[in-house]
Amino acid sequence: MNLPLKGLLVLEFSQYLSGPSAGLRLADMGARVIKVERPGTGEAGRRLAIKNLWHGDDSLLFHTINRNKESITADMKDPEDLALLHRLIARCDVLIHNFRPDVMGRHGLDYPSVARMNPRIVYAEISGYGPKGPWKDKPGQDLLLQSMSGLTFTTGERTGPPVPFGISIGDILSGAQLTQGILALLIRRQKTGRGGQVEVSILESLLDFQFELLTTYFQTRQQPERSALANGQPLLSAPYGIYRTQDGYLALAMMDIHVLAETIGCRALKIFDPRQAFAKRDEIKRVLAAFLAGARTEYWLERLRSAGLWAMPVLDWNEMTGLDAYRSLEMEQHLITEQGQIVTTRCPIRFDGHRIFSSRPAPRLGEQDEKIRAEAAQDIA
Amino acid sequence: MKPLQDILVVDFSQFLSGPSASLRMADLGAQVIKIEKPGTGDICRHLYVSDVNIDGASTIFHAINRNKYSYVADLKDADDAARVWQLIRRADVLLHNFRPGVMERLGFGYEAVKAKHPSIIYAELSGYGNEGDWSQLPGQDLLLQSVSGLTWLSNDRDQGPTPMGVAVVDILAGTHIAQGILAALYARGEHGTGAFVQVSMFESILDYQFEVLTSYFNDGRQLPTRGRANSAHAYIAAPYGIYQTKDDYIAIAMTPIDRLGERLGSAALAQYSDPGTWFSHRDEIKRILSAHLLTESAAHWLGILESEGVWCAPVYDYDRLVQTEGYKVLDMELRVTTGDGVSVTTTRCPIRIDGELMLSDRGAPRLGEHNAEINRTFGIDGHPSANIQSDHHS
Repeated sequence: MNLPLKGLLVLEFSQYLSGPSAGLRLADMGARVIKVERPGTGEAGRRLAIKNLWHGDDSLLFHTINRNKESITADMKDPEDLALLHRLIARCDVLIHNFRPDVMGRHGLDYPSVARMNPRIVYAEISGYGPKGPWKDKPGQDLLLQSMSGLTFTTGERTGPPVPFGISIGDILSGAQLTQGILALLIRRQKTGRGGQVEVSILESLLDFQFELLTTYFQTRQQPERSALANGQPLLSAPYGIYRTQDGYLALAMMDIHVLAETIGCRALKIFDPRQAFAKRDEIKRVLAAFLAGARTEYWLERLRSAGLWAMPVLDWNEMTGLDAYRSLEMEQHLITEQGQIVTTRCPIRFDGHRIFSSRPAPRLGEQDEKIRAEAAQDIA
Repeated sequence: MKPLQDILVVDFSQFLSGPSASLRMADLGAQVIKIEKPGTGDICRHLYVSDVNIDGASTIFHAINRNKYSYVADLKDADDAARVWQLIRRADVLLHNFRPGVMERLGFGYEAVKAKHPSIIYAELSGYGNEGDWSQLPGQDLLLQSVSGLTWLSNDRDQGPTPMGVAVVDILAGTHIAQGILAALYARGEHGTGAFVQVSMFESILDYQFEVLTSYFNDGRQLPTRGRANSAHAYIAAPYGIYQTKDDYIAIAMTPIDRLGERLGSAALAQYSDPGTWFSHRDEIKRILSAHLLTESAAHWLGILESEGVWCAPVYDYDRLVQTEGYKVLDMELRVTTGDGVSVTTTRCPIRIDGELMLSDRGAPRLGEHNAEINRTFGIDGHPSANIQSDHHS
């Protein structure tokens, strides 16, 4: 398969997740992505493990985020290394960084300087809180940004504390937005011959993510409240949420509560007017929760599905990975490393009916040092 | 020049997943034409939320569909279908999120479109892909969260499965299809080739969990165990979490427990000098920490932690957030006006290009608002084409 971004060269001056997740997506779609890392320690993400899982010298987390990339080490304070970076910049298409605003500038690698070296370059940067204002120098950490952006008041129940999303969301969204901006500028470059600058912050990405809630908030200036139980989304009416059954949990999406009452045989629900499914969502959900606890998930699902109502079981990964619906996706792929194998997920985008697989693992620190230095030397010769 | 200027997107999608992708393309300069069913249009128009609506349409419809055009067409009607074909022939991108098989039955499947327009980027967003035995089930956000294991990652262990309170599957699938479309447009610019881009919500929500799923795949398939209290990530050591103080909540990210104990004046915490215990004993550590933090105000603790360089933050709801200088300086609020003169405040595109915000004050369209204008512009129905050579007439 001809991957769409084949032939593009990306330099990734990034650490942890936000910038590197953008680099990963570009790599999956065919770009050649080179991580530029500090000699000795390399990217900080190499040492950041979750659940203390390691593979070789690096965290499993690093392998997950940085597969299918190359690595060179360069000390930006060393004139020879900096000259090498200049040569790479002169011939690359995209530069990504997620350092604090002044870090790249200190080494003469801010956008204006880089654009002079290569007017065709797309220069892409992620910050925590945007390019100006009182928070511009704060570290862009996912949990902290969730907390400041209002997001933690969307999840969990009203009677409980604010609940953060249990995996990084600001990092992932800012990486995704950056990728879109990069690709849009590459498309523009085909027409104009010139590159450009794309900037994304984690905070703006998280506000964009909450645009439905915020637009509703701006109309009324009323903080959207989570429901007191079975909260699915603060703006949505009953029954939207997850309910315990006799043997597990059941998720119910949007549906008319009287149709639901008929379908599951719950007369107590009928006293509520469907037009009050938002205003009385807590009472409705309480009645429903008590009723659904009386039978098994599969029993309810059969009834709901035969009536065309939108419902699914709540599964864990052991249950999910056994499903035909999961297996038919072929979402798992194997990376071949010096130490053995890593199983991870593949790119979620298909082109011309093909899934994208790549068994290439994350690079050792400086793994392509010699190769890339030789290439750069050839360019000059 | 906005980067996607001159790109035409014909968008058959409804609700949030597909429309969020076309919104971003509109933000970046593309012209997006929504193809809508007569009478009802995009179902989202009438998905009222929290009993708030704007001029008869739901607030979320306005948020998702600003800066787009609406063209009403009955795809089962031969004349309407012929008009839509004329639009497709001019389009760079076709986007839909119908269930597998629907576009084929309507005559607008990929093969049919490619036969008439080989260089089109045809983008298809589904719930569960085209192969498995769930392919005909509706792709709905909460349901996808529920079957993908995602609900076992947030909240405390005794709280039951907890969905994320924003439509995370729709939004991520939207970003993925937008990425695929843009990559394919880039490739078309290089090689002149069209493409078929597919994303399913199921694959998108698995991709979102790639860090924790990779842990699961490689650690003997152990399921995540959320902390008993203050849980913010099932795989990260204490103190990572949100804590109540005497008044408000605060968030604390990764930091060494023993040094945290010294800074906060907690001898009990200062004893945890072995980093291994910060994960293995996280419930115990968090219990001590949360009791300690209850004794003083949020401002008190944040003052100490910030001065020591510990990663911490206040926890804001919207009322608090919008008062802050850090929020105001972003100019994130965008005022748009509909064709009927209704003003709506929403959020803008989060991407800056060449230091500029990507702004447009065009509100969401009324159903069919642009039929006449589009017929005229594209020379449909015998209208002479205003700005496009009409050499594609069928």
